[in-house]
Amino acid sequence: MKTLRVFAGFLLALLSICAWSAAAPVDGGVLKFAVGAEPPNYDCHAQSSFAFIHPVRPHYSTLLKFDAANYPKIIGDLADSWTVAKDGLTYTFKLRKGVKFHDGSTFSSEDIKATYERIRKPPPGVLSLREEGYADISGIETPDPSTVVFRLKKPNASMLANFASPWDCVYSAAKLKQDPRFPERNIMGTGPFTFVEHVAGSHWTGKKFDGYFEKGKPHLNGYIALFVAGAPMVNALAAGEIMAEFRGHSPADRDRLVKALGDRAVVQESPWVCSLVVTFNTKKKPFDDQRVRKALSLSIDRWGGAQALQKIALVRHVGGLLRPGYDLALSEADLVKMPGFSKDISTSRAEAKKLLADAGQPNLTFTLTNRNVPMPYTPVGVFLIDQWRQIGVNVRHEQLETKLYLAAQQKDSPTFDAAVDFNCDYMDEANLQLQKYLSHDKSAINYAGQTDRVLDDLYDKQSGELDRKKRIGLLREFEKRALEQNYTIPTIWWHRIVITNSKLKGWHITPSHYVGQDLADVWLD
Amino acid sequence: MSIASAITYKIPRRRHPAVQFMLHQPLGAAGLLFIVAMAFAAIFAPWVTPYDPLTVDYAGMLAAPSWQHWMGTDSFGRDVFSRIIYGARTALAVGFLASLAGSTLGAIIGVISAYFGGKIDLLIQGIMDVLLSFPIIVLALVVVAMLGQKIILGVDVNLIIAIGIPMVPRVSRVVRASALAIRELPYIDAARAAGFSNTRIIFRHMVPNVVAPYLIMLTAYVAQAILSEASLSFLGLGVTEPTASWGLMLSGSAADFYQQAPWMIVFPGLAISLAVFAFNLFGDSLRDWLDPKIKI
Repeated sequence: MKTLRVFAGFLLALLSICAWSAAAPVDGGVLKFAVGAEPPNYDCHAQSSFAFIHPVRPHYSTLLKFDAANYPKIIGDLADSWTVAKDGLTYTFKLRKGVKFHDGSTFSSEDIKATYERIRKPPPGVLSLREEGYADISGIETPDPSTVVFRLKKPNASMLANFASPWDCVYSAAKLKQDPRFPERNIMGTGPFTFVEHVAGSHWTGKKFDGYFEKGKPHLNGYIALFVAGAPMVNALAAGEIMAEFRGHSPADRDRLVKALGDRAVVQESPWVCSLVVTFNTKKKPFDDQRVRKALSLSIDRWGGAQALQKIALVRHVGGLLRPGYDLALSEADLVKMPGFSKDISTSRAEAKKLLADAGQPNLTFTLTNRNVPMPYTPVGVFLIDQWRQIGVNVRHEQLETKLYLAAQQKDSPTFDAAVDFNCDYMDEANLQLQKYLSHDKSAINYAGQTDRVLDDLYDKQSGELDRKKRIGLLREFEKRALEQNYTIPTIWWHRIVITNSKLKGWHITPSHYVGQDLADVWLD
Repeated sequence: MSIASAITYKIPRRRHPAVQFMLHQPLGAAGLLFIVAMAFAAIFAPWVTPYDPLTVDYAGMLAAPSWQHWMGTDSFGRDVFSRIIYGARTALAVGFLASLAGSTLGAIIGVISAYFGGKIDLLIQGIMDVLLSFPIIVLALVVVAMLGQKIILGVDVNLIIAIGIPMVPRVSRVVRASALAIRELPYIDAARAAGFSNTRIIFRHMVPNVVAPYLIMLTAYVAQAILSEASLSFLGLGVTEPTASWGLMLSGSAADFYQQAPWMIVFPGLAISLAVFAFNLFGDSLRDWLDPKIKI
């Protein structure tokens, strides 16, 4: 018996060693991955695309970050520890010591202060896309080189998560003092990789930063981000020329890659904090009429569409304004009670037809402006047009190149009728996802052009509410009004599918394609 | 019996020109037949097609060819056969209009260039040389990217302009060559001596005499225009979903599902090939038919 126990113990120890050695990171190698587009400039604070974050994020650190393996857990990046005052008005961060920038200069709390001042109050000529997110900050103090204190005007339920934003790359205060636009043309951070070169139209290269503050990391000697998309990218992945493309693949690409790579294909799937919405130009007739907008929302069979479209596109989940699955989102039982989300589509469409007739628009014709990015914009556009045809609405589909598409919605007096828009964020957070639904003068990403102070007020109340139950109540009120008014309507939420080569280890999928891309924990087997 | 009655002239029986064309140019006739059939199907599409080309049927996605769907269905469950028939509308509308616009403008420029000669000819031909230096599809891409979409009566006018512009220098060159010869003919000198205006000489006396090369180019460029429309739609710069277009049917989800549902690319590809082949056959035969040197 004793011999048996010893043998079993030995076997267990052996298995543990084997398991440990199989999972133990291996140093060395250069990771090649694909990025579908190129960053227009190098400034994190002015960017919002994966095309930027995937090649550039490995050069930078942020104050906090999301733990990709345990998303949405927030961990320190440059912060060693932090405390939040009970009243939610003071955030104190203790910073790591001995952190160096890539030029050898020492990192301190002054760099954090300079970075966040640039984000919340950008100097003239500097673009900051996230100014609004930090509007509640009243001041930033640096009592010593390793402590930074943020003081808020009022509590903000999303503030801690804001500090983990992958877009808040920490810059050198000295460099910003010399030139506030320094980051637009230069890469200089404290991240795990230093910048080597960016060859336009070809690739972006990073090299291991030997002075990186996390000892033993990064594991890779470097990385090469190749700017390639579509079929050539899938072919390169299938042939093992690249190890990954981190944004996401269509189900058809997934099946093809699994077939081509066999055991070497690692498929990771996740719900995605990304949805396509339809924005109605409320400044234009007949979309200034709530009945017309509501009719168009009621006629969409989201449940049936999600079932079908998930086979051909990277959309899958039916949800309201917040991602289904997010703990603050509506449950399915509550969602089906909302206008446009009933599973009884015949009744909804009958009501839609009546609303159109009442609004004097029984033969409504309009143009749907869409982006000429195939996945998932085209399938969703075709789906919507088909849904609207079923209540007698005739829709012309206009697919524009990204720059023209954005300009069509963002110009001062937009002339579009309705547009397919996206709502993607780096995390599940009502403060981020609801911005699209705020009044035009309150939100830079609202293209519907409406002014609705009821929604603005509810947004402010929920944002400052630290009691979760009360916040949920306010969110339900917000959603009810937004889905009744239908200035902007949700369609179907995305589903992220990423296929990596099995040689790539240590990368974990999250519901955001912006998160977990510093490559510090990644290695090649 | 008088001498007059003894000599009888038997006028040779002349067949109808269409019959003569068919007999002498059987391949061209076959091409023409296909074009006519295509035009017929396109015009009467609502009666010819078994399904609405825009109706999405998610229950029938990617169905293989069957009695219900002769050419299968696409990733939205739309009937491929119906979309090909409706796609012929797009192809012929854009093809004919672009070719008509490009060839007509090219012919007028060619005649003007030849008639005036000298510095005007040099300047016009210089501009034509610049345009000729761009491959057709590249020039069309640039124009369509600059102009965007402008739908009038269901047709994208800017797409027609984009496809028509690259034809202008090519037609202009051919027509100019014919017009140069006509310019030297005595009746043009006579018209000048009679004091006719340049406009009258060009449009009343020269243009009608370059109709043969113009018609040949017009026909040949319909095929080119169909191909350009398909290419631009394939590249996402032409017709947009859910409009039925052969080029569009080859792009988008067809690229994703071509292994699982090869009919999604085979039939539209075949339609483009056959249409282009038919127009080329007809164009070549028409050239031979209208060329007096080749006529037997």
